[in-house]
Amino acid sequence: MDYMVEIESVIYQYKNNEEEDIKALNDVSINVKEGEFVVVIGHNGSGKSTLAKHINALLLPTEGEVKVKSMNTKDEVNTWPIRQTAGMVFQNPDNQIVATIVEEDVAFGPENLGVEPKEIYSRVEEALEIVDMRQYSEKAPHLLSGGQKQRIAIAGVLAMKPDCIIFDEPTAMLDPSGRKEVINTIKKLNKQENKTIVHITHFMEEAVNADRVIVMEAGKVVLEGTPKEVFSQVDKLKELGLDVPQVTDLANLLIKEGIDMPQDILTIDEMVMELCRLK
Amino acid sequence: MLKDITIGQHYPTGSIIHKLDPRTKIVATFLLIVSLFIVTNFTGYIYVIAFIASAIAVSKIPFKYMIKGLKPLLVIILVTFFINVFMTTGEIILSLGPLNVTKEGLYQAVFMATRLILLIIGTSLLTLTTSPIMLTDGIEHLLNPFKKIGIPAHELAMMMTIALRFIPTLLEETDKIMKAQIARGADFESGNIINRAKSLVPLLVPLFISAFRRADELAMAMEARCYRGGDNRTRMKQLKMEKRDVVSLGIIGLLIGILIYIRVG
Repeated sequence: MDYMVEIESVIYQYKNNEEEDIKALNDVSINVKEGEFVVVIGHNGSGKSTLAKHINALLLPTEGEVKVKSMNTKDEVNTWPIRQTAGMVFQNPDNQIVATIVEEDVAFGPENLGVEPKEIYSRVEEALEIVDMRQYSEKAPHLLSGGQKQRIAIAGVLAMKPDCIIFDEPTAMLDPSGRKEVINTIKKLNKQENKTIVHITHFMEEAVNADRVIVMEAGKVVLEGTPKEVFSQVDKLKELGLDVPQVTDLANLLIKEGIDMPQDILTIDEMVMELCRLK
Repeated sequence: MLKDITIGQHYPTGSIIHKLDPRTKIVATFLLIVSLFIVTNFTGYIYVIAFIASAIAVSKIPFKYMIKGLKPLLVIILVTFFINVFMTTGEIILSLGPLNVTKEGLYQAVFMATRLILLIIGTSLLTLTTSPIMLTDGIEHLLNPFKKIGIPAHELAMMMTIALRFIPTLLEETDKIMKAQIARGADFESGNIINRAKSLVPLLVPLFISAFRRADELAMAMEARCYRGGDNRTRMKQLKMEKRDVVSLGIIGLLIGILIYIRVG
């Protein structure tokens, strides 16, 4: 199996305002397989956004190595191929849209890559089709909702034909319906378009469908595994100040009350099944 | 308040003038300005007015809308008019205390005011019929040949695009900050000019900080999408000169020809 992203013992150090050395990443090693859907969770300052920027070569490791499709981010020759291979969607939809018309914004990436105009047209149409925004291609982005803007940003990355897309808290500034739109789009990209996904978030519910969940704290990976493995450790997660999905929390409380049920319930459906079984 | 300004606003109607290549329209507007300065008498104006009137008719933009655009500049037009009325020496037809209205002055004033009005209408026709993005594109293409002498055509166009893109975003943000400050007792409306200017500080400081943060994030997002300046960059929308562009330029060329003929002949 080939790895899409290889992160090997990466340390990222910077100086804060008081000239103290801060390690935003402290010996992090993560491998992401081709086609995998990885969710990274952790709260503010855990180093998860710093990690995301390393995969896109926006930041370079102080120590250790980051490779995308075997291209080392330290090698300057690789910078542009890496950014084309591993696209990135940021938190604030307003601050990543460049043009005043939707389709021109989606075209921005391929234009930078020097793609032929005809090819750009077809790529833009295809990308807007995937995120279900075709009918908005001539609209002004500032008139769209947060969820729609974020889908435009995703289309902008898709038009560059990346193999892997990194999402850096894309839902943090959205309302619940916008969040749902974006999450469904991300799932679609992974399942139908076969894109490798690294999704960084602090909403636990968004991790439930991942292939693998990585929990970060103070620049380190503290937990790693399938969603069921990770979320069954309710007490450990709470110790880290993280929430678990509500139903998992409920299951945990019921177990503590002496009711027989599995620890790894993640969805409402599973909960309903278990509760009916108890009757 | 900002809604009243029609200069620089786009008014889409889908007319043939809207469809013209932005380069054609920029060059034509430039030539129209030149033609206004070739004219030395009212006979010349008849041709220019006929040209502009037919252009407005073809563009399908309501004439009223064009007139509305003159309003904010009414003061400038009036000042020009009165300076010319009173400051020109010649045959006195009316005396108002120390001020004299002369025949030549009246003629000159009407002449200059007409020139100014035609100038404003002519140039606003450009912005009304061309979307800002097309205008930027046109300017970039027209400046391209000057790249060799160090004019950063692509960078200028990119800056204009980003500025246009962020105008609504920053207006919205201003509104939000203003409401937040009003909710906490800020007063933007009362007091004299100095007090009012002072009260803008709590509005402008957060606005600037946020604008810088946005700039920072946008730069990173652009880099993440492989932006590295104008070299080797392609464009999705290609500008193409069509028959109608040649015809339009021919018409304005004819206009200038007539005006020169009138002036010389």
